[in-house]
Amino acid sequence: MIRKSPKLAGVDAAAVIKEALQRIDVPSRRKFLQSSLTLGGLSLLTGCSLVEAGGIEKALMKISRFNDAAQAWLFDPSRLAPTYPESMITRPFPFNAYYGADKIRQVDADSYRLEVTGLVADKHAWTLDELRALPQTDQVTRHICVEGWSAIGKWGGVTFSSFLARIGADTSAKYVGFKCADDYYTSIDMPTALHPQTQLTLSYDGATLPPKYGFPMKLRMPTKLGYKNPKHIQAIFVTNTYPGGFWEDQGYNWFGGI
Amino acid sequence: MTDSMPTIHPAWLRLTHWLNVIAVVILVMSGWRIYNAAPFFDFKFASEITLGGWLGGAIQWHFAAMWLLAANGLIYLLLNAGTGRLWTKFFPLSPRAIVTDLRTALRGRLSHDDPQQYNSVQRLAYLFVMVDSVLLVLSGLVLWKSVQFPLLRELLGDYETARRVHFFAMAALVGFVAVHLAMVALLPRTLLTMIRGR
Ligand code: HEM
Repeated sequence: MIRKSPKLAGVDAAAVIKEALQRIDVPSRRKFLQSSLTLGGLSLLTGCSLVEAGGIEKALMKISRFNDAAQAWLFDPSRLAPTYPESMITRPFPFNAYYGADKIRQVDADSYRLEVTGLVADKHAWTLDELRALPQTDQVTRHICVEGWSAIGKWGGVTFSSFLARIGADTSAKYVGFKCADDYYTSIDMPTALHPQTQLTLSYDGATLPPKYGFPMKLRMPTKLGYKNPKHIQAIFVTNTYPGGFWEDQGYNWFGGI
Repeated sequence: MTDSMPTIHPAWLRLTHWLNVIAVVILVMSGWRIYNAAPFFDFKFASEITLGGWLGGAIQWHFAAMWLLAANGLIYLLLNAGTGRLWTKFFPLSPRAIVTDLRTALRGRLSHDDPQQYNSVQRLAYLFVMVDSVLLVLSGLVLWKSVQFPLLRELLGDYETARRVHFFAMAALVGFVAVHLAMVALLPRTLLTMIRGR
């Protein structure tokens, strides 16, 4: 999955961590994390002792799974997130990712193909033009970040449930997973995938989705926290096997609902 | 303090009180770390006094202890109301009595001769922290699930106002705890009572 150049190391804390987590074995990872304690930018991830999972961490992870279940139970598939007038859109809308703005991925529009795999009838890969030819809708909704801040934005694209219907997805499956061009990955529950405001987003504020917000395509869910909304999506798969996620595997709650 | 002394604090009260202390300490310390991730004032809490190690860890603590606070708090309130203790211990409560008791207290002469009874300042403080805790839980619900609790969200304004409400309710709770601990330090006998019941 790693496609970053080595010169990234030492520049971008989150990118370093990500590489490290994938490359090095567990004991040296622990050492790595301990030494990272001193580096301000990396202190964010010192809680990655979660990866080692002692007693308390294990108990907290269990409660987090319980919280997944509580949220799935609370989630009302027909309850809509509030929408706002365009005058309330936050400008500029904040950029946020596990890397800095200087590392935003540039995806080539012409060679882009959206892969669709797993429990779906039609597995053909989609070009951007094909996606743009599908019926589009807009939403002005509040994006809430796990960090606590929120911002209102306007996203346009294809209602995800209609896309799932088009590709003949098995909607009795448990999960929909996403793999992204920036090596991010995440997954969501099927009820949220089918929520009317869950959108395969191709535009932001009336213009083509810019790279900083996930060109060529992201998934927008006003019913989930920001880290559940993957950008630069390259592959979508429907599955019954828990796929996890980039932040979720490090300890963020999987359901991440709001 | 002989064995024949009547129970002042029933066992359920002591249990819920100390469970609540655990929940509050975890919630406040992890909450400070969560606040630090996106502070809306010009300051952050020193990470040494926060819990969780990083944002994800803090959130795990916070969303674990919230169940303890809510369930334990509910049991406390229900038992308090159900046994009638709420009315006998915390009422009557008149503004005049509060002012009188506050004056005496400030002169350092608040009588604690009847441990069966809370004075008016205590009554007010305890009732206040009960209401404040309810507000913390309700605003917390809006932060946790603003889409799923539309009525609560509208009552509190919106998600962003709920964040402020939650923060100030925390600040008020911490203020209560500071005064509460000072009072306990002045009257250590009450601590024994809260542990042993008599
Ligand atoms: C280590 C911290 C704490 C200690 C040592 C402590 C100690 C005490 C003591 C000794 C009493 C009995 C007072 C008396 O009989 O006059 C009491 C009552 C009370 N405390 Fe605490 N407390 C602590 C933390 C808290 C916290 C965090 C809260 C709430 C946020 C709280 C809320 C209350 C309430 C509501 C009562 C009255 C309970 C009732 O009678 O129903 N306390 N506490």
